Amino acid sequence: MRLLKIVPDNTNIGFVKLRGWAFGLTLLLTIAAGVLVGVRGLNFGVDFVGGVSIETKFDGAAPLGGMRHIVDNLGVGQAQLQPFGDGTTVDIRLPVPHSTDEGATNAMVAKVEAALKAQYPSVRFNQVQTVSGKVSGELVQKGVLAVVVAITCIALFGIVRFEWQFGVATFVSIFHDVLMTLGFFALTQLEFDLNIIAAVLTIIGYSINDKIVIDDRIRENMRKYRQMPLGELIDLSVNETLPRTVMTSLTIILALASLLLFGGEVLRGFTAAMILGVVVGTYSSIYVSSSLLISLGLDKSRFRQMAAATDKKKAGRDRAERIAPKR
Amino acid sequence: MLDFPRWKIASIIGVLLIGILLAVPSLMPETTAKQLGLGFAPRINLGLDLAGGSHILLEADTADVAKTRLAAMEDTIRGEMRRMSPQIAIGDISTANGALSFFVRDPAQVDAAVEKIRTLTAPVGSTGQRDWDVRVVDSTRIVMTPTKGGIDQFVNQAMEGATDIVRKRIDALGTKEPTIARQGADRILVEVPGVGDPTQLKALIGKTAKLEFKLVDTQADPAKVAAGQAPVGDQILHYENGAPIAVVRQAIITGADLKTAKQDYDQNNEAVVAIGFNSRGARSFAETTQQNVGKPFAIILDNVVLSAPRINEPILGGSASISGSFTVQSAQALAISLQSGSLPIALKTVEERTVLASLGADSIHAGVIASAIAVVGVVIFMFVTYGRFGVYANLAVIINVLVILGGMALLNATLTLPGIAGFVLTIGTAVDANVLINERIREERRRGRNVIQAVELGYSEASRTIFEANVTHAISGLIMLILGSGPVKGFAVVLLLGIATSVFTAVLFTRMLVAIWLRRARPQTIHI
Repeated sequence: MRLLKIVPDNTNIGFVKLRGWAFGLTLLLTIAAGVLVGVRGLNFGVDFVGGVSIETKFDGAAPLGGMRHIVDNLGVGQAQLQPFGDGTTVDIRLPVPHSTDEGATNAMVAKVEAALKAQYPSVRFNQVQTVSGKVSGELVQKGVLAVVVAITCIALFGIVRFEWQFGVATFVSIFHDVLMTLGFFALTQLEFDLNIIAAVLTIIGYSINDKIVIDDRIRENMRKYRQMPLGELIDLSVNETLPRTVMTSLTIILALASLLLFGGEVLRGFTAAMILGVVVGTYSSIYVSSSLLISLGLDKSRFRQMAAATDKKKAGRDRAERIAPKR
Repeated sequence: MLDFPRWKIASIIGVLLIGILLAVPSLMPETTAKQLGLGFAPRINLGLDLAGGSHILLEADTADVAKTRLAAMEDTIRGEMRRMSPQIAIGDISTANGALSFFVRDPAQVDAAVEKIRTLTAPVGSTGQRDWDVRVVDSTRIVMTPTKGGIDQFVNQAMEGATDIVRKRIDALGTKEPTIARQGADRILVEVPGVGDPTQLKALIGKTAKLEFKLVDTQADPAKVAAGQAPVGDQILHYENGAPIAVVRQAIITGADLKTAKQDYDQNNEAVVAIGFNSRGARSFAETTQQNVGKPFAIILDNVVLSAPRINEPILGGSASISGSFTVQSAQALAISLQSGSLPIALKTVEERTVLASLGADSIHAGVIASAIAVVGVVIFMFVTYGRFGVYANLAVIINVLVILGGMALLNATLTLPGIAGFVLTIGTAVDANVLINERIREERRRGRNVIQAVELGYSEASRTIFEANVTHAISGLIMLILGSGPVKGFAVVLLLGIATSVFTAVLFTRMLVAIWLRRARPQTIHI
């Protein structure tokens, strides 16, 4: 049987030579994402802006116009109606009532439900979420903190395990991945809620995973080919790991695509964010983070000392193994 | 590399078998598991987004605490000063601006008053701070301010009491496995699975349920009452419809003396709440009603007057019924609230998420289908790419899926909707380790190494990379676990478990399979 090879053997693509273009394109896209987030803004869910969100489900297509008319005439404040999925589901967004009375939100939801049920008996209130301003403020804080802590910890890990240039390169490309994800949400206006923070953190974790595999190979090759110029060495490493990078990205996208298509409405934004993250993360691993090492001036001579030290350790271990042979 | 002693093979298979067996009870409905005698086995919990139910976060009104404390202290001071011998006359008592202030009519008694008041305060913690700050201003005016430590301590006690009461009320509803937990200094998290409509639940837990019986002041001038001016010793309260009424400030009896409360019907078949007092309450109620036959008294719930019936004859039996505009449901809710005692602190809902059970069921269904398709897709892809080595990786992935489930059951973890996403993602990433290993073997073969060497190098070189890559994954997973809330935590648990188990299955388990095959078949060349 002939086995499938997505990436042919012994590729030799000059990624490093392309880096000028890649940096330019990356910069352009990053700026575009930043501008998009700034201008269009993100469509924050109630988790982050507070409010009442009611997910209504109809048996057939949701009568959006009629619903809007009913809800607007209830005097429950500025309502936003957002259809999603196959058009049978509509998210009604309302402000939290100002009244300090404990039952005010309940009463409001009940009022909306009664009014809609009167007109459309088949409507179901699948999900009701109420988040007060105070709690949403805390969730924003926690979310931002989580992302910042994650990026910092992982960059630190890169610096400790490798050289500071690896840490910086990783940091820059993760920043790029996160910004691109935000840009995607600004562009599509998909709802940005608590789950998306989890998606962003996963993207960070995944993106790093990719970079570490390449960085690890660069380090290994530095030890192996001590005389090779850095540019060539990075190209070699990226090319050697290319089949793995592509294979892994494909399997993950395959799994996520099944989730996107069959996993139901609620997870759609989450899955879309992750698929985008995998694509962007793969791109930034190949083009941004490795090439950035050259620009940051990775010092091969220091590395050689480190490599020599580990070689010594390894030799010692080998000797020890010879003395006490495995059974 | 080919060295896989029997004990090692046995223990790897043993560990995986245990993991798989642990997953089994969670894969069948709970009732089936019980029928098969597996009711004892740990199961995976379903999160509220999958099981349906309500998540409610209550926050105490801490600003209210200072007010309550001031009012209580005012009563205490009035009583204590009157009981002093000689009695200390005080006047102009007020609780404005967060401080209790009054003046002592006889300047000679100020010291005695202060001394008495100091005994009414208590130390807080070990710093020597007390719960009240007592000062004398202008030589005759005494000003008492609750200290921060005092308020914190009071909030803490009140929250403990409130958590207990909320638990009692929810238990009275008879729902399955509710979670009631204190969060931080001033919050209570309530999670009740399977409740379709949280309205009753919220009516129950949010209600302070402070019940008081007070005499109505029939002498009060209606015009002044309407203007909100209370005669001395009185207070103005309102009916549910907003009409004002003057009542005597001192309560005849309060909910603290309540023994029983249950929903009942009156002679007109209207829903009422029947209450019974303890002996102390019954005695004082009997005394007051004897002395006040013909006068009305007000039944007050959370500072709202429900009704003001006339006392036709002394009520000696220590029981009464509260009528109002109740439905059977609201009367039941009130009965439960009264029975469990009044909340020592007002609670407000700051976050609420309710998911209909049918939506949860849809999500599970979709999640299972998506996971199955993901597994099938990945399995086919791995097979056409790596042949025999792909099959090994696939075995590892399938076992890994089951072991993750088993691990979740063992940890009693909660599966949430993002958790399902984590699951699918893990299926995709779990094969990454095998991709790394297999690509490495391909490379080493291309470099001309023999089969055994190539496989050996593939595993040893890739293992280091796999370890490093997974550490970073674990870092982001841990951060989600620590900083994330609810569903995100569920995602993190699956992700972390998946990392741990996939290293085991993808590296150790496949290595064992490969070793066994190499030893048996001794192939000169391999398809990879």
